[in-house]
Amino acid sequence: MAQVTLRKVVKKYDEVLAVRGIDLDIMDKEFVVLVGPSGCGKSTTLRMIAGLEEITDGDIAIGGDVVNDVPPKDRDIAMVFQNYALYPHMNVYENMSFGLKLKRTPKDIIDQRVRQAAQILDITELLDRKPKQLSGGQRQRVAMGRAIVRDPKVFLFDEPLSNLDAKLRVQMRTEIKKVHQKVRTTTVYVTHDQIEAMTLADRVVVMNGGNIEQVGPPNELYHSPKTKFVAGFIGSPAMNMVPCQLEASGDALKVRLSDTLSLAVPASRTARYRPHVGKPGLLFGLRPEHLTETRPHLEADMQTFDVKLDVTEPMGMETLVYFAINGIDICGRVNPNAGARESQTMKLCADMANMHLIDDKTEQVL
Amino acid sequence: MADATITTSPGAPTRPRYGSMSRDRRWALRWSYFFLTLFAIFFLTPPIYMFVTSLKSSAEISAEINPWWVFDPTLSNYIGLLTDNVFLTFFLNSALISVCVVTITMMISVVAAFALARMKFWGSATLATGVFLTYLIPETLLFIPLFKMFAWVNDTFGIQLMNHWWTMIILYPTLTVPFCTWIMIGYFASIPKELDEAALIDGATWFQTLTKIFIPVALPGLIAATIFAFTVSWAQFLYPLAFTTSTKELVLPVGIITTLIKGDVFNWGQIMAGALLGAAPPLIIYAFLMDYYIAGLTAGATKG
Repeated sequence: MAQVTLRKVVKKYDEVLAVRGIDLDIMDKEFVVLVGPSGCGKSTTLRMIAGLEEITDGDIAIGGDVVNDVPPKDRDIAMVFQNYALYPHMNVYENMSFGLKLKRTPKDIIDQRVRQAAQILDITELLDRKPKQLSGGQRQRVAMGRAIVRDPKVFLFDEPLSNLDAKLRVQMRTEIKKVHQKVRTTTVYVTHDQIEAMTLADRVVVMNGGNIEQVGPPNELYHSPKTKFVAGFIGSPAMNMVPCQLEASGDALKVRLSDTLSLAVPASRTARYRPHVGKPGLLFGLRPEHLTETRPHLEADMQTFDVKLDVTEPMGMETLVYFAINGIDICGRVNPNAGARESQTMKLCADMANMHLIDDKTEQVL
Repeated sequence: MADATITTSPGAPTRPRYGSMSRDRRWALRWSYFFLTLFAIFFLTPPIYMFVTSLKSSAEISAEINPWWVFDPTLSNYIGLLTDNVFLTFFLNSALISVCVVTITMMISVVAAFALARMKFWGSATLATGVFLTYLIPETLLFIPLFKMFAWVNDTFGIQLMNHWWTMIILYPTLTVPFCTWIMIGYFASIPKELDEAALIDGATWFQTLTKIFIPVALPGLIAATIFAFTVSWAQFLYPLAFTTSTKELVLPVGIITTLIKGDVFNWGQIMAGALLGAAPPLIIYAFLMDYYIAGLTAGATKG
């Protein structure tokens, strides 16, 4: 059993608060990804779990034991660094067995574990090589191997894929997921890449400014973000957010985006949104994929309107179209065969069942 | 096509001038060979002259003939020195001192550099600068206060430090430790922080991190520092000249000139032979470790 628990953990550098009292429960065998922009405190949090940074206040427990003052080597964790941090003078085998050797593990057990880990990572034929003879992806595998070999309670990953090129990053992402399915160790993974977070995590922790914004499974974060930050951070291209007014007309509600454009709120949402009618500073949020070309058979909550396109970006499988409402750029994703042309008017269809209403003042999703 | 003519605007360099890259390179090479030859002549002339002189008898040295040629080569100078117990004592003293000094220096400076470069403690940055500043104080300023200190040690503890070769083992590290520490700080600082964090998580103590990770990774720097410490202690002249007088306590550089110059009689042949024999150990060490030495010096210089 190796759950990781953070209770009101604070990290202060001189007078700068890097982490502002976060609470987090990571279950046994869970893969949790900490994601956020640079400087949000995600790496600091990971390093505090590792024991590389002292915590200013609060408690960190691994497997139920508070480890605030336990040195890293006694926390039974393994860490994979962004720049791999392989020992350059040792070959792959020695790199992987270094930790076990220090623990005076018997030679045959070391050998068995190293070969097993090498097999999992498919690096058996590299065991005699020095790190400088390896490619970036291979080095990353060795770094993971070094972690696996020690059979720790918790794996910590600090942006492990950031140094790899785009293609290799996608490949290694899958690799990491496969390894986790085989090894099943509690994992905390830090990245600034929200796609990495979405694809890898059992649960994603979105951090911003030293606070946790939201914790949840990837799809929950994507489809029901709790804050404006999460709504804007998760998803690419980012969610469109337009200032709007919520108007009531009889039983129904309408979102007014401009003098000429207003969209009806789905009936299922009217009860939830009614208290906010007339409130100033509301934002209407809609993801690009819910703004598509119109189709012959529209579902209930889909509404069409005409826009003049500014820019189109063909991506192959889809075309991104950009237009402006009251000077704010909006992005939609249409079928490449839908005939989207720059500077031309196009009929678009908004799927209002997936709309979000955000209070810009409190930054909460309503 | 019409736009082909537009591309060459008036005043732009014409094509053939781009083609002169290889010619430029050839000229650059000629110049570099010219200056390298000049340098080689300038720096190799003294040792060659020493070598030529060391093969001559005293009579031939003082004769009025071409000094650049040996008409009657003899090994008597070398044989005379190598069969002379005094010269061998100088050699042994120098060797013992150098080996001890290098050992002491490396033991102190590697550990000090590791602490100053990695264990961030209060005042570590100031201390690192301070270490280097002590290197800038010339030894000519130090030997007079050292006389005073030796007298004080003699008065207080009754230990006579004057006129003993082993005193140099205590003295030389004051010259070698600061610079070697500084080289090693630069070298250790260039090792990524994640490497010691990885070692820390792997369960290494500070000492294990130093011996198993830092020293092997910084080996070129370590060798550079070793060579420096060896050269300094092997060639040190002022301190042994000031602090040792008895023949059996002398080191090689001082011994050669004090025993082979008798009043105004210069035994040139043996002086040159002795100097060349004395220069041999550093030469041999350089020849073997040169690549490491250069790598060490440059890395230490840019990352310090």
